[in-house]
Amino acid sequence: MATEKLSMAQALNRALRDSLAEDPAVYVFGEDVGPLGGVFRITDGLTAEFGEDRCFDTPLAESGIVGMAVGMAMNGMRPVVEMQFDAFAYPAFEQIVSHVAKTRNRTRGRVGLPMVIRVPFAGGIGGVEHHCDSSEAYYAHTPGLKVVTPATPEDAYHLLREAIASPDPVVFMEPKKLYWAKDEVDFDRPSPGIGRAVVRREGTDATLIAYGPAVPTALEAAEAAAQEGRSLQVVDARSVVPFDDETVCAAVRSTGRAVVVAEASGYASVASEIVARVTERCFHSLAAPVRRVTGFDIPFPPPKLERFQLPSVDRILDAVDDLQWEDQ
Amino acid sequence: MAEHQGLLPSEQPLRLLDESGVPVSETDLRMPGSQRLLEAYASLVIGRRVNDQASALVRQGRLAVYPSSHGQEACQTGAALALADGDWLFPTYRDTAAVVARGVDPVEVLTLLKGDWHAGYDPYEHNVAPQATPLATQLLHAVGVAHAARLRGEDTVVMALCGDGATSEGDFHEALNFAAVFRAPVVFFVQNNEYAISVPLAKQSAAPSLAHKGVGYGVNGERVDGNDAAAVLTVLEDAVGAARSGEGPRLVEAHTYRMQAHTNADDASRYRSEDEVDPWVARDPLLRMEAYLRKKRVLTKARQTEITERAEAVATAMREGVNRDVQPDGAELFAHVFASPTPQLTEQAAFLADELSREGN
Repeated sequence: MATEKLSMAQALNRALRDSLAEDPAVYVFGEDVGPLGGVFRITDGLTAEFGEDRCFDTPLAESGIVGMAVGMAMNGMRPVVEMQFDAFAYPAFEQIVSHVAKTRNRTRGRVGLPMVIRVPFAGGIGGVEHHCDSSEAYYAHTPGLKVVTPATPEDAYHLLREAIASPDPVVFMEPKKLYWAKDEVDFDRPSPGIGRAVVRREGTDATLIAYGPAVPTALEAAEAAAQEGRSLQVVDARSVVPFDDETVCAAVRSTGRAVVVAEASGYASVASEIVARVTERCFHSLAAPVRRVTGFDIPFPPPKLERFQLPSVDRILDAVDDLQWEDQ
Repeated sequence: MAEHQGLLPSEQPLRLLDESGVPVSETDLRMPGSQRLLEAYASLVIGRRVNDQASALVRQGRLAVYPSSHGQEACQTGAALALADGDWLFPTYRDTAAVVARGVDPVEVLTLLKGDWHAGYDPYEHNVAPQATPLATQLLHAVGVAHAARLRGEDTVVMALCGDGATSEGDFHEALNFAAVFRAPVVFFVQNNEYAISVPLAKQSAAPSLAHKGVGYGVNGERVDGNDAAAVLTVLEDAVGAARSGEGPRLVEAHTYRMQAHTNADDASRYRSEDEVDPWVARDPLLRMEAYLRKKRVLTKARQTEITERAEAVATAMREGVNRDVQPDGAELFAHVFASPTPQLTEQAAFLADELSREGN
């Protein structure tokens, strides 16, 4: 297969197709995922190729979708369900928290739920209210869920394949604003796997830690910093749960300075957790407190104001400037 | 319109036996055979013994709590007996007697209330899902199990239990709707025991009956006297048969009564009077079946003795099992969160192990 230039949406579609083709236990369902191919076309052509049993539309009820997936997973299947938008997943919250996350534990390991909940999330697409939430912290805070988010088409392909193959339930957060960006996808390159972070750009002066939609922004910031003679390393966390302390901390120790970049509101967030983990583990390697660039603690703004909420290159560079360089 | 009429339940709950155990004269409902009823009666007696033994174990401080189905044993028994071996049962916290009737060891069922772990039995051993504490969520899982079986061409039927209160939850409605749309072979069996903890049915629903809720989803609804074990068994067997033959889901409402408080932690005198409870004593499902079977000379003294002995043996095993102190291993807390522990959980397990080792010194 080697290499192909694909958008993230196409890469996700390919991952679903390959999973459906390889494993008869995989079923894809949700709202509008059938003939329409999903509102973002991630399931485009799957019903035509695999039939109405394997990729099907459900009634419009998210708790129903996730609850039914729980039962199918109990009964030998690997359901992959789509929540149409981040905020539309909230009706399924009880199913996710009380059953998806806990069933293995409740049953003392006897009933695992190999299922994937795909959640298009975050802003940057001019979406109106209830379409742009960064909801990853709700899931990350719930023991028993794996939470991953790709930042590149290649990662999207491999991470989704791995999520579907995982014996554990995975909340698969898809950064909508990256759906259409194209990049080379190397199908043969070994994937780091769920639970591993990767260094997307080498650098020596400070480390930017980002995930999902914030990764390209962090890379842009690193590029801009390079113009100004500052070398920024960029780590893509990829896997929010489990978190790769090893890679992230090794990166931070190598530079001694760190900024965590995430789109979600900062209070009680995944970004806060990363700061805490890095500070606890790398304190003696740090030249400055770890900074955060996150969304404000406000409901996601209307389209004309969303630029104020999203992490920007300038905000990242300002945070980097704040990392006590004068002490050197 | 005619088709919709067919979805509506009967005006009155279906019955085979009146309150004194005398067969009702006008009914199209099939009376189960004597051997089947004897089997049901034994299950009723054992179910009652399980309920009362568990309540006693709460009073003795051996169980944290027990939501008893005392008085609802005809429903408990019927739900289990109507199923074939390969079928699934999705019980709630009040359905211990049904789980036991399905063949699960009562001591394993009580693991939850004993506090040793959450679900104590292997769901795959008898195809019994963990008892659900959240209301109505398990109904959707039942739909999923049934849909998966149907997709594989299996003839599995799923019996999904809930109470009257749970019919107000959104998941109840989503489950009926999904099951109907996918023609999933699920029997939704509502035990209407008149109370959701303290709230009476009149404050729960303004529907003519809970079985009427099926019509909005295109699901056939039926009402049955929940204290008439013969009628419950037939109605559920028919519903299971219909689901198995591809007719889609059914909704069955059993009219029964919660004879005791919600749990031992509840005080029913705060919301209902003895005058209300008293008439239900005479409607006891065991007395009714016993009277019928005695009159038919199916239930002989010898058989009665044998059944009582079986129930006592179950109770003895329960007492022994529940009284056996098991100290669950703290290390296991980290074992079943994921298929294999994350690095973070491994770290936390080591932390607890270290703490415990220092406590030991």
